[in-house]
Amino acid sequence: MIEEIIQRYGQREKLRDAWAELNQQEKTRVLQEIQQDHQKILLMEAQADAKEKQKLLELRQKIEKQQQHLQQVDILMYKKRTKELAPRPTVLKNIILAFLVGGAICTVGQLITNLFTSGGMAAKEAGAATAAVLIFAGAFFTGLGIYDELGRVAGAGSIVPITGFANSIVSSAMEFKREGFVYGVGARLFTVAGPVIVYGTFISIFIGLVYYFVK
Amino acid sequence: MAQKKMGKQTWQFASPPVITSWASIVGPKEGEGPLGNYFDMILEKNMEKGDKSWEKSEQKLMQHSMELALEKDGMQPGELDFYLAGDLLNQIINANFTARFLGIPFFGLYGACSTLTEGLALGSALLDGGFADKVGISASSHHDTAERQLRYPTELGAQRPMTAQWTVTGAGSYVLKASGAGIRITQATVGKIKDLGVGNANDMGTAMAPAAFDTVKTHLEDMGRKTSDYDLIVTGDLGGVGLNVLKEMLRAEGFGVDNVSDCGVMIYRPDQDTHSGGSGCGCSAAVLTYLLHEMKQKKYRRILVVGTGALLSPTSAFQGESIPSIAHGVVLENY
Amino acid sequence: MESIIKAFLLGGILCVVGQLLMDMTPFNITPAHILVGYVTVGAVLSAAGLYQPLVDWGGAGATVPLSGFGHSLAQGAIEGVKNKGLLGALGGGLAATSVGIAAAVVFGLIAATFFNPKG
Repeated sequence: MIEEIIQRYGQREKLRDAWAELNQQEKTRVLQEIQQDHQKILLMEAQADAKEKQKLLELRQKIEKQQQHLQQVDILMYKKRTKELAPRPTVLKNIILAFLVGGAICTVGQLITNLFTSGGMAAKEAGAATAAVLIFAGAFFTGLGIYDELGRVAGAGSIVPITGFANSIVSSAMEFKREGFVYGVGARLFTVAGPVIVYGTFISIFIGLVYYFVK
Repeated sequence: MAQKKMGKQTWQFASPPVITSWASIVGPKEGEGPLGNYFDMILEKNMEKGDKSWEKSEQKLMQHSMELALEKDGMQPGELDFYLAGDLLNQIINANFTARFLGIPFFGLYGACSTLTEGLALGSALLDGGFADKVGISASSHHDTAERQLRYPTELGAQRPMTAQWTVTGAGSYVLKASGAGIRITQATVGKIKDLGVGNANDMGTAMAPAAFDTVKTHLEDMGRKTSDYDLIVTGDLGGVGLNVLKEMLRAEGFGVDNVSDCGVMIYRPDQDTHSGGSGCGCSAAVLTYLLHEMKQKKYRRILVVGTGALLSPTSAFQGESIPSIAHGVVLENY
Repeated sequence: MESIIKAFLLGGILCVVGQLLMDMTPFNITPAHILVGYVTVGAVLSAAGLYQPLVDWGGAGATVPLSGFGHSLAQGAIEGVKNKGLLGALGGGLAATSVGIAAAVVFGLIAATFFNPKG
């Protein structure tokens, strides 16, 4: 029995390269044969003793891989076919809007920094204060329900600046308020912004360690 | 030998059930669309005054649409033998709450956006099989409940790609009876799950098109018909992108596609900026009430409605799995 | 006036890079991935001494985008090592950006309390 299954497996392997050219009937026949062999092996595996089980498991997984490979060919064929039909993103329009909005937000940031430094603040403190003001602004406009409208047109222009960071935190907080302040707001505040903080912390520690050991 | 099974996947009803009453309620965006005049009620906002959450509003959409459909037929909930309903939320919680309100024997269904046609098919089988005299069927979806569950918080400034669809805020309810006069459900084709490896939750149309194609093709083969035997073949929510793929697949097999359309394409105007069109259980559930209206006016005599469902879960999407899809078809005739 | 124009240009360009990444990469590269990329690349460039020139030239155009956040993290870590040695490596980055993160938490809670999502 097992020898026949292995033999059929080998014959199907030879069909792999020609799979795309097979007609529907042939494909159905092959897939049904795979299913029949898979079930036979599964039953043998269930009834086998420990020694045989491992061999049968390996054969079963080989058959499963074969099935996946054949499916993969169909998947790629469909992908190629539908790629032509997919609408293109409006890249030029998106870039222009991202540039204008992103530039504008940074300009506002620069104005705020200039304001703080001319008021006597040191450069570093002015930077932190500017960040806080922009975060407040992002939070405020998110609360008003305006920031998502901006994001719709501005794309990266509203996501990349630190106001976008605030937007991701505040939108999560507002959204999950319905689930309460502990499990909703508290637990989900960083649903979207979390990865930035996690990997930002990680990279800073990494850099710190490298600096420590290099110096 | 199953007497009422045609070919591989199709049911032929011996005494086709009648759709005696229907009602749809939609949100403001849908109300502003081309079909605005055909819905029974249009909400002013996505959330009713006093509701503590969008989920509550969506549940009311489904419940009120069923109540309206019953009222139009002079019925009370207790007169329905069985209720079949589903929605997009986890554990179909809105359908559960609506069934709690109606207090009648209940089958909860999950077919994503194919829930309505799944319900019509199963409801018809109950009636034609002599297991019930009157059944109620509902499906609903809500843009914001779907977004917050399947994608991002609603106030997040994310940009949607051109292939993305807009989940319809809407519900449709239908009363089916074993006898009477009116538009009938004559056949139903049960779909198989088709998955050609599309994993992009922002391009569900391309993911679902193979399932729609498989169901349409199998239906036509089972019934020995051509696409021109129908006044309209309409899918649930393939959207503009998915509809193009379906048409291309049908054309490649020699089928005519002039009468093939999609509820997701019909429910919004291009300038409503929904990109590929509408989606969600509520899409076909609400648009079907428009189609039934047109059938009553004798504009269509026989249509094939193919609800299409993208059966992904939030977890499957994050785990990089592809989107298994299904399409259930029902034939409606006004003879 | 000059500082305004430079901030506008540099900020705009950094956002355009993000937009191109969003539009040209396959769908499973989400905005969240891109932001993590910005923070990380900003931090690495900063550690290599390549980000400070951008800050010197474009001011807020370099500090406002999230790569500027990475720059603060990296500089903070380096400062921390200079002042406190090994412990400074662990805490320096977060210490430097603590104002920003604290602001985010506070404003997030306040906004959640007073505002509701409109969909």
